Formats: sequence, C-alpha cells, structure tokens
Amino acid sequence: MPESSETKKTLKKKIVFKPSYFSFPYMLLCAIFVVLPLVLVFVYAFIDDKTGQFTFSNFAEVFTGANLRLLLRTIGIALLTTAICLLIAYPTALILASSPFNKFVILALLFIIPMWMNFVLRVIALKELLTLMGIGNGLLASVIGMVYDFLPFMLLPIYTVLTDMDKSYGEAASDLGANGFKTFIKVTLPLSAKGIASGITMVFMPVFSAYAITDMLGNNNTTLIGKIINELFINGSTWGVGSAFSFVLLLLVFGTMVLSNLVGREKPKAKGGAK
Amino acid sequence: MKEQKTFDRIIEVKNITKIFDDTTVIDDLNLSIKRGQFVTLLGPSGCGKTTLLRMIAGFTAPTSGKIFIEGQDVTEMPPYKRPVNTVFQKYALFPHLNVFKNVAFGLKLKKIPSGEKKAKGGTEKEIMRKFTKAEIEEKVNRALKLVGLDDYGYRDINSLSGGQQQRVAIARALVCEPKVLLLDEPLGALDLKMRKEMQIELMKMHRELGITFIYVTHDQEEALTMSDVVVVLNDGLIQQIGTPKQVYDEPANAFVADFIGESNVLSGTMLKDFSVSFLGAQFVCEDKGFAKNEKVDIVIRPEDIYIYPLDTGKGQLAGKVLGSVFKGTYYEMEIDAGGYEFTVQSTTEATPGAMVELRIEPNGIHIMKKLRTVNQFIGTVSGENRVDFCDGSFDINTEIGGVALEKGTKVKVFVPFDGVELTDDEEDGEIGGNVTHSLYKGTYYQVQVYSDTDEDFYIDTTDEWDLNDRVGIKLDKNKIRLEVIEEESDA
Repeated sequence: MPESSETKKTLKKKIVFKPSYFSFPYMLLCAIFVVLPLVLVFVYAFIDDKTGQFTFSNFAEVFTGANLRLLLRTIGIALLTTAICLLIAYPTALILASSPFNKFVILALLFIIPMWMNFVLRVIALKELLTLMGIGNGLLASVIGMVYDFLPFMLLPIYTVLTDMDKSYGEAASDLGANGFKTFIKVTLPLSAKGIASGITMVFMPVFSAYAITDMLGNNNTTLIGKIINELFINGSTWGVGSAFSFVLLLLVFGTMVLSNLVGREKPKAKGGAK
Repeated sequence: MKEQKTFDRIIEVKNITKIFDDTTVIDDLNLSIKRGQFVTLLGPSGCGKTTLLRMIAGFTAPTSGKIFIEGQDVTEMPPYKRPVNTVFQKYALFPHLNVFKNVAFGLKLKKIPSGEKKAKGGTEKEIMRKFTKAEIEEKVNRALKLVGLDDYGYRDINSLSGGQQQRVAIARALVCEPKVLLLDEPLGALDLKMRKEMQIELMKMHRELGITFIYVTHDQEEALTMSDVVVVLNDGLIQQIGTPKQVYDEPANAFVADFIGESNVLSGTMLKDFSVSFLGAQFVCEDKGFAKNEKVDIVIRPEDIYIYPLDTGKGQLAGKVLGSVFKGTYYEMEIDAGGYEFTVQSTTEATPGAMVELRIEPNGIHIMKKLRTVNQFIGTVSGENRVDFCDGSFDINTEIGGVALEKGTKVKVFVPFDGVELTDDEEDGEIGGNVTHSLYKGTYYQVQVYSDTDEDFYIDTTDEWDLNDRVGIKLDKNKIRLEVIEEESDA
C-alpha cells in the first residue's frame, strides 16, 4: 500500500479507468442469469416438492427404474449420434482440407449454410422428407435428424484444425518412411485430436439435452431426458425432481467436457524412453 | 543385395525441368553428386534451389527429366521409399511426440533383413523384420548423443529452444541412416552465434558419418565455409559448380561474382592475351583466349585492390576516397576512380577526401565472357525497308550488300546494347516493359528490361533506372543489323 505522503497521487490513480471495468456489465449479467439459476437448481434438487424439507429423495427418483433407463437411453443415443457425426465429418473435412479442394472455401461453406436456416423449419422439412422416404417417426428418424442438425458443429472444428495443420508434418512422416495410411494414423489423426475433441463436445452436449428434435421426429421409444425435464417443470409440482435431473445432466456434460479436454490437450511430458 | 555396387555418383539429376503455373522454376538442369560429398545448392530466393531439393526428396515431381539415386531411377518413387532423409527448414518435428519418439519415428517404420531366408515357390526370399525395442532405444540414444542431447529423450518438443529443436530434427533424419541427407536451409531460424556453432557441428558430423549431404542455403558465407562443392543457381539454371575456392576466386560469370562475396564488376575490352583495358587504363591479367577487342566483364574483389598515396607511381588508377567504414578487422572504403565507385577493403585506412592511387595485381583481375553482347530477335521482312519483330513493325534499312531483301524473308535482328533507348514515359517508347535488373559496370549501367512482348532487352545506359519501373523502349534504327536466316532446304 502507498504511504500517506502519496495520497494525492493515489487519489488520482483511483479515478483512472481500467480496461477491466468493461467486464462489469457482463459479470452482472453472468451473476443474474448463470450463477443464480445454477444455485437455484442446486437448492431445488434437495428440496422435497410436497413438504419443502431437505431430502435426497429427488435423486433417488432419478436413479430408479424407468428414469434410470431413460438416462441410459439418452447417453446411448447421444453417443450414437456423436459417433455417426464423427464418422461422416472427419473424412469430409479431410477431403475439403486436402490440396485440390482447399482453395474452394465455398465447399466447406456449403456444409455450414444449413445452420443459418431456422432450426424448426429445418426439422419440419426433414420430417416431410423422411416421411416421403418411408421412414416414420422413431429412433432412426430422430438420429438422422440430430446427425443432420449437428454435423456442422463436428465438421467445422475438424476442418479448421486440418487446414491449419502445417503440410510439412505429413512430408516429414513420408520422408521418414511412412506411407499414406501410416502418415494418417501416426501424424494427421493425433494432430487433429483437438478438433475432434471440440467437435465431440459440440455435438454430444446439445444432443444430450436435445428436446425439440426427438419431440418432432421421435415416438415413445425415443423420449430423452430433455423431454422429461420439460414435463416435470411444466407439470408445476415436481420442480424438485426436475432440478435433480438437471443437476445430474449438468454433471454428465461437465464430465464429458473434462474428458474431451484431456484428449484434446497435447500430452504433457510423456513418460520418455522406449517404454 | 549380394553385390553391393558402389556408385561413385550417388545422385544424378538428368534434364530436370519444373514448371509451376507457367513459371519455369528449374530449367533443363543436370547435376551429379559424388558419394560422401558436402554439396551446397546456393542461390538467391526463387532460384529453384529448394524445388530441386524437394524433387530429390520426392515431395515435388519434376515436369520432365529423371532423377537417379545410386543408379536407380527414383523419379516416380514416393518419398517414403527413397533412401534419403530431410531436415526441414522449420524442423517439422511432431508436436504430439516427445524427443525420443520423434527420433524413433523412422526406425519404428523401418524393416531390415532378418538374416533368415524362406523358400517360397522355388525362389529364396529374405524375411524382413522390424527393429526390436532395444535396438531402437540404442540407436535413438546414439543419435541423440551425436547431436548433444543425451538426456533430452523425455522432453516435450515445445519445451526446447530453436537450436535444440534443430538438433532433434537432424538426429531424426540421421538415425534412419540415409544414403543422402538433405538439409533445407536448416540454420535459417537460428541466431548468428548458434548458426556458427551448428555449422561447425554439421561439418563434423559429415566427416564422421561419411554420408552425402545436400545443403540448401542462400547464405554465401555458409556455403563457402561448409561445402566440398558449391552449386550456384539462378533463374533455375546452374551458374557454376566448383569448390568454394574456385567459385570465389574464379567466378564463371558476373552473376556468380556479384552474388558470392563483394565484388566490383566492370566492363572492359580484351586488347590481346594477358592484356585488358578498362576505365581508360591498360592492365596485365592472367587470362587469354579471347577475341581481339572482345568486350568482357571484369570482376575485382575488394581485397585485391591496393591503395597507395598519390604520386608514388605504384598505382594504375588515380582515385578519390569517398567514404570509409571500419568493419572490425578491416576498413571498407568507397573510392571513385575513373568514374567507377570501387569498394576496397584494406587493413589500413585512407582518409575520406584524400586522393590515392589504386593498384590491381594481375591475379586480382578476373575476366569473364559477357553472357550476352547483343540483343537478338527473329523477324520477318514485311516490305521495303520494313521489318516485323517483337510484335511490332519497324522502319529498318533492309538492304544487305546493296541488295534489298525480299518480302517474307526471315531475318535475325541484332540490336546492340547501346542501340536501345529507355524513356520515362511508356508512351514515348515503341515497346513497353519493366526494368528487371540493373548492374553498374564502371562507366554505365547495364539494365535488363522485360518487355510486354515477352522478350528480354539489354540496354547500356548512363542513367540509373529503378527496378520494376515501367519504361518505354525505343530502338535506334541506324544501329540495328540484319542477317538472313538460311532456310533449311529439303535436299
């Protein structure tokens, strides 16, 4: 702390506008719309809907019978959708980023443009298209719908990583005796892990809490947590169970984020040696 | 292989041409490299040296021509099958692997004869095997030791300094035991002190390993220090191949002289064998075999000019010192003599403003044939005293020996360098063009202009022109000479 003899100086200094002040409006917004709701969800999750007493029963309800099955189904569908997205997006990104095509950014744009269209409109259009093809509402339609909807989120980060990758890595691998396939496995793929990880996060998380698509394209067998939570809250009297559900969902999503971050990060200080 | 043939020429490049988007980067180039040599490809940026190296490595395919390694045609062979390894300009170390795994990368992929043989369909086939973990570990550690990074195996690539990364890149290439090591400006990103150290280490490695090194650089000092053989490239053509001493002492043409080391390039006339005239004085030289009064380029190194006080009679040219800069071990002076500004290096300083005499010993005068002495074009007689060439029609006396040439006759049109005039305003000239090169030759500038009609014009002028200037080209019709091209008869 400055000495009293310099009070004049410090007084002047206190008035100086700091760039960090710009963050105050955002911090306020964040507190009201992010932190507070989270705290509320956390509190409600431990309160009995009827008695208003502290309880763990909400969580017990989440992990029992039908609800647990629902949770597992949601995880399964989210994983499936993410896997299909990855399988389609990676080769596509690889082709788009390769030398004959990378001059035409427009090609990559073609995959992104659907995102600009209204979401509901897209799903309705897809529904008509699927009906035309003889695919009725159900698991298949839901997965197709989610893959179609979230593919750009998988494609874009992978495409970006691949186009930014220094061509000399591939050349170095080839120079050291790796053919095309080995170069891909040993160099291109691990170097694009970051893009894959963020792609997975970007697809897995929204699919996990998806609600509209399965509502419009699915049936009773494709009900996901998102829908249940919706019902629990609309119902009016079951906020506690709904909050517990949301809280579990939050933890799962957080878990996947941590996991994908670990994959995407360059390995810190590998063990070394030939082990 | 049972009989290991030893090819004296480990790499042969035959009639290689490489064209990128209509630009000829390498033009019908031939080069053979002897086993075990340290060869440097030296030239300014854009001369094609890196392209040539990439073609030897296999990353770029030549437009035409062939490349042989140990007598085997590798032109169509992918890089991963070629017995060469590359140290890349920006190292290209794999960031997801640690130092050890980077170096081991090539070894893990390599297959070697296991010593056992398998009879298959009547022919004996050698069984190939991979290196064992222990073998890989031993080789990698040896390679890391060679580059002075013994204990760095576990380290992350990004935690290393530029110099250390450079060493890993070298170890990674050397551990594969290539027949030829290709180095693409490997020291470009290092600071001066580090560069000098690495130069010495690379030379040491080359001596110890006996592998052929092909080294690409634009740094002439680096090339002269390290190489057994220097290949000077410009515009996709080899300008000179020789030992560093040969290239420095006996540059093949004015380009090599100008590019390698500092030099004074002048224009002169060969009076007779061992006698040359420039700047109005006559000099004894060591060259012969030129035509009488042939125009030649003369190269004099700054350290080959000796300075004496005026009126001592020891010098051949009188001059005035314009400026002097101390360069650590010598003074570099600008001395105006006979209208030419000489660069002179000497350990003793002559004060600026002083009048001096300059002496050049015969062995300090290097004489070169002029690359070109006249602009030459192909044209057609289109009428009486009218010739078409360079996409234009010009009034030129078409009488040769008193007989007018017939219309339609094909002719060679010779325009001497002093028969071309450059104009500031493009509109004033007959052909438009861009100045592409300008070289001061003592009493005049030799300017090269690339015309809009895709021709190179050489012009001698006393005016200085800036590079890339738009200029008009005006031809002096009286100085143009015609020569009939003999039509090939069908006989």
